[in-house]
Amino acid sequence: MVLSAADKGNVKAAWGKVGGHAAEYGAEALERMFLSFPTTKTYFPHFDLSHGSAQVKGHGAKVAAALTKAVEHLDDLPGALSELSDLHAHKLRVDPVNFKVSSRAGPGQIWASGAENAAAPPPSPRPPDVPSLGSF
Amino acid sequence: MSILLTHPCPSPTPGGGPLPLTNSLILLGEGRTLGQEMRNKRPHSEEAAQTCFWPIRITSKLPDTMVHFTTEEKAAVASLWAKVNVEVVGGESLARLLIVYPWTQRFFDSFGNLYSESAIMGNPKVKAHGRKVLNSFGNAIEHMDDLKGTFADLSELHCDKLHVDPENFRLLGNMILIVLATHFSKEFTPQMQAAWQKLTNAVANALTHKYH
Repeated sequence: MVLSAADKGNVKAAWGKVGGHAAEYGAEALERMFLSFPTTKTYFPHFDLSHGSAQVKGHGAKVAAALTKAVEHLDDLPGALSELSDLHAHKLRVDPVNFKVSSRAGPGQIWASGAENAAAPPPSPRPPDVPSLGSF
Repeated sequence: MSILLTHPCPSPTPGGGPLPLTNSLILLGEGRTLGQEMRNKRPHSEEAAQTCFWPIRITSKLPDTMVHFTTEEKAAVASLWAKVNVEVVGGESLARLLIVYPWTQRFFDSFGNLYSESAIMGNPKVKAHGRKVLNSFGNAIEHMDDLKGTFADLSELHCDKLHVDPENFRLLGNMILIVLATHFSKEFTPQMQAAWQKLTNAVANALTHKYH
C-alpha cells in the first residue's frame, strides 16, 4: 500500500498532535489491543497485562518510539522498519496476520487501537484523516 | 443467553395478561431477569395459551452458532478418514507447517533439529506430535455436531498454558488439506475438499472458542 503525499501530510499532522504523549498512547493502544483482540495476548505470557502494568507501559513506550521513527521516514518505511521486521519474523516469530490492518480476524490491531487513540486524545482535537493513519 | 419470543395472537385474553407485542425476538443478556410483570402474564390455561400473546423464555445456546454438516459432508469426510494413515498424514502436515511458515517453530524449541526441510520432515518428535494432533481430528469427526463442546478443554489448554495464536489452527488445517490432496489425488474431489475445508475451519473455530 503506497502512501500519497496527502496521506503523508495527514499522518505527520496527526502524529504531531500526539506531542510528548507518545509513550502513553503506545501503552493505551496495547491495552486496547489486548482487550479487543485477546488472541494477541498469546505473545505476552510473560507480561503482567493488568491495567496500569509497568511492563505494558514500558513496551508501549517502545512501540510509540518505533512509530515516531516510522513517521520520520515515511518515504522509506521498508528501510526504516527492516530491523524490526527481522526481529518480529525471526526472533519473536509473530504470525503476520497480526500486522494486517483490515483483517477482521487478525489484528494490525495495534494500528487500529492507535487510530482509536488518535481519534480521541484527551487534549488535542480530532486528527483530520484517520484513513491515512489506516494506510500508515 | 436468554431469548424472549412472543407468540402472536389475534386478540388479548380477558382479565389482563398479554403483552401488546407483535411477533418479535428480544434478546436478553445473561443474568438479567424477566420482570414480575412477565411472570404474571404467563397463560393460566391451555385455552389462554392458544389465544393470547405470551412470552416464551428459552434459555439455551443459540443454534446458529453451531456449524451444521450435511449427511453428504459427513459421509465424505468419514470415507476419506477411513483411509488416512494418521501418523503419516499428521506428521507430514505438521512438518509442512514448520517448513512453509517457519515462525510456527516458535512452539517447538524442544523438538531438536529443525534446521532444514529434511531435518524437519524426518524429526521423530514432529511425527509423534503430528500424530497426536491428527488423532484429535479423528475425535472431531466422531463429534461433528458439537465441535465446540468437544474441543472446550483443548481450547483452554491452548490459550492458558500453550499460548498459541489461533491463526496457527487455520494454517495447520490448510496443511492437512494439502497433504490429503497429495495423498488422495483422485478421491480428493472439489466436493471432498469443500467438506474437509469446512471441517478444518470448524475445528479451528472450536479451538479458538475459549480464548479470552
